[in-house]
Amino acid sequence: MTSARRAASDWFKYSDRRSRKTGGGVANEPVLEVSGLTTQFDTQDGMVHAVNGVSFTLNKGEFLGVVGESGSGKSVTMMSLLRLIPMPPGEIVDGQAMYNGQDLLHIDLDQLRQIRGKSIGFIFQDPMTSLNPVLTVGFQIEESLKIHQHLPTEAREDRALELLELVGIPSPAARLKSYPHELSGGMRQRVMIAVALACSPQILIADEPTTALDVTIQAQIIELVKDLREQFGTAVIWITHDLGVVAGLADRVLVMYGGQIVEEAPVADLYARPQHPYTKGLLGSVPRLDQKGDDLVTIPGQPPSMFRVQTQCPFAPRCPYVFDRCREENPPLLPITPTQKAACWWDMEAGEARV
Amino acid sequence: MTTPEHTRFNPDSEVLVSVKDLKKHFPIRGGVVKRQVGAVKAVDGVSFDIYQGHTLGLVGESGSGKSTIGRVMLQLDPATEGTVTFDDIELTKLRGEKLRKLRPRMQMVFQDPHASLNPRMTVASIIGEPLKEHGTVRGAERRERIEELLSLVGLEPSHANRYPHEFSGGQRQRIGIARAIALNPEFIVCDEPIAALDVSIQSQIVNLLVNLQDHLGLTYLFISHDLSMVRHIADRVAVLYLGKVMEMSDVDTLYNHPKHPYTQALLSAVPVPDPVVELTRRRVILEGDIPSPANPPLGCPFNTRCPVAQERCSLEEPEWRELDSGHWVACHFAE
Ligand SMILES: Nc1ncnc2c1ncn2[C@@H]1O[C@H](COP(=O)(O)OP(=O)(O)OP(=O)(O)O)[C@@H](O)[C@H]1O
Ligand SMILES: Nc1ncnc2c1ncn2[C@@H]1O[C@H](COP(=O)(O)OP(=O)(O)OP(=O)(O)O)[C@@H](O)[C@H]1O
Ligand code: SF4
Ligand SMILES: [Mg+2]
Ligand SMILES: [Mg+2]
Repeated sequence: MTSARRAASDWFKYSDRRSRKTGGGVANEPVLEVSGLTTQFDTQDGMVHAVNGVSFTLNKGEFLGVVGESGSGKSVTMMSLLRLIPMPPGEIVDGQAMYNGQDLLHIDLDQLRQIRGKSIGFIFQDPMTSLNPVLTVGFQIEESLKIHQHLPTEAREDRALELLELVGIPSPAARLKSYPHELSGGMRQRVMIAVALACSPQILIADEPTTALDVTIQAQIIELVKDLREQFGTAVIWITHDLGVVAGLADRVLVMYGGQIVEEAPVADLYARPQHPYTKGLLGSVPRLDQKGDDLVTIPGQPPSMFRVQTQCPFAPRCPYVFDRCREENPPLLPITPTQKAACWWDMEAGEARV
Repeated sequence: MTTPEHTRFNPDSEVLVSVKDLKKHFPIRGGVVKRQVGAVKAVDGVSFDIYQGHTLGLVGESGSGKSTIGRVMLQLDPATEGTVTFDDIELTKLRGEKLRKLRPRMQMVFQDPHASLNPRMTVASIIGEPLKEHGTVRGAERRERIEELLSLVGLEPSHANRYPHEFSGGQRQRIGIARAIALNPEFIVCDEPIAALDVSIQSQIVNLLVNLQDHLGLTYLFISHDLSMVRHIADRVAVLYLGKVMEMSDVDTLYNHPKHPYTQALLSAVPVPDPVVELTRRRVILEGDIPSPANPPLGCPFNTRCPVAQERCSLEEPEWRELDSGHWVACHFAE
């Protein structure tokens, strides 16, 4: 028992927050520049306008959080970048995604396949759907190395072992021979991260990577990703609905609503001075563990139907500040301060319309 | 700071529901003859009281036994051992008609508003079903009651003739709540009632539950893995791990002064939606996974992951002790 058990102090891993680079700390050197991304799905019930002209930049080594209502287009935006949406019914009808001087939306598929998994890693929400159930964990990691790095067999085995160790899987040598269903949810997510990191990508896109996990397991994964990011300087796009996770991890945040980015800001500014009424409502509607609050703010009504082209502000039907212009014109995402952008006609701080 | 009315725990209130040494073991069968080869100890000796007009929060990670406790309390599943008492009636002893007569007084709201409503029934017949079954009101009166219920949960009377698929997740959860309160119950088990909903819709439903409690004097068991929401809604909280309660107290004591190492780790793992706080917060990162309830560790259930475990913890199960008045802990070293 005692030999298997490490000292209590080892088990109790206090992680002191290292100085997190926020906003200015990250080099403003874009690795990915998306502009005007527009994706639609032609369905039986009509055209779904899933992503409507989304533009954003990801900087080198930056941690970009993406939050927003269910169905607001977070997953479709990121999957469109790598053309991972089902086409048809999906179609990327407009936009550009510049990576390394190439437009990911227009280069040919062979080139794109080289980039997927090698330069840009993707972690899906449900690891069971993206790991192959009939192949061992080791095989799947080595496969990724084989495709992208042309390593000899032995080197691949060593690297796979190293990766499992890196993501903190106990007895990694034995685990290489395990099948996905033999692992717990937390371990599968670690394997997914190992696969995504196999080729040391420059960008890692993670779609709700911890949503399905228990909170103590989520904390393990978050620590892991923070460590890895510090070690390798990978730029990360992290989609989540958990405003707490974003607060602890992100440098900058995109807030999506109705297929659009409605606010973009450094994490501290977003939480301290939200500029969009939806962001403000969202922040008020979540209770805090560290405070006993009063009544929760509610955002009345429902998210917009995605079957319509938004000619008004998509938040207008639910917005407490709505006025005539909001129903006539969809506000563009414009700079409000040197670091913060919002798509809203109303200036909440001044209590007047923006000009 | 002001505390909302509904969360002010009044220790003089009466106990409405009481659970004593409750166990629920699911047999594991194996071999060709399907002999019992073991048991999943989903709930393994749980005791607590829920006070009239108050909310007990039941938290714990996936598989810890939360839903099973809720179902056994309402006798939707028989207990393996132990008792559940409701208004001084021992439910675990009742069968058939006697139990059916009590049903209107205890209801349940489920996690998945999509799966829990019959897609072929109109909203009116869904909400009216319990009224019909227990024959309380009929005809025009029933119709009136349905409309009253709809407006209580924030829906329109005109919604009565529509079908569940015509509603959003949050609206469907309102329908589920309307059905649950149709017979004027005293006690409602809310099993993760907001887990499937959007963040901006969750607060709508929680505020609705709180308002209904204030107006109708309801008593809740609020099951959730969202510790922030439980802090907001509950008066007292029980923390579950592998089918056993690790710690229980009033909300403020539990969140401000947790005594059990599991509660401490669990609370420290919850991210706070505030970058300033997150920057300076210290976290306890537990290693390893949650053991299987089919094969729980000997001694303290938490000993395999506990940062302060000693030899004793893997040999001897900690006693369920009252440390301070109303603050219960199951850990050898908590003080
Ligand atoms: N294959 C598809 N066919 C038709 N519509 C789709 C398809 N995939 C996504 N959509 C629609 O596109 C819109 C955006 O969906 P998306 O998955 O990006 O939302 P999301 O922001 O990731 O939501 P969530 O938080 O629930 O994951 C939704 O209205 C969705 O119904
Ligand atoms: N009908 C059943 N037969 C066998 N095992 C069961 C049954 N119902 C539940 N269990 C097991 O009992 C344990 C407790 O399950 P329960 O659903 O109560 O957990 P929970 O705390 O509600 O989890 P979650 O947060 O995932 O809803 C689990 O290990 C589960 O697999
Ligand atoms: S543009 Fe108008 S409706 Fe839209 S968020 Fe701003 S104030 Fe509200
Ligand atoms: Mg998504
Ligand atoms: Mg459950």
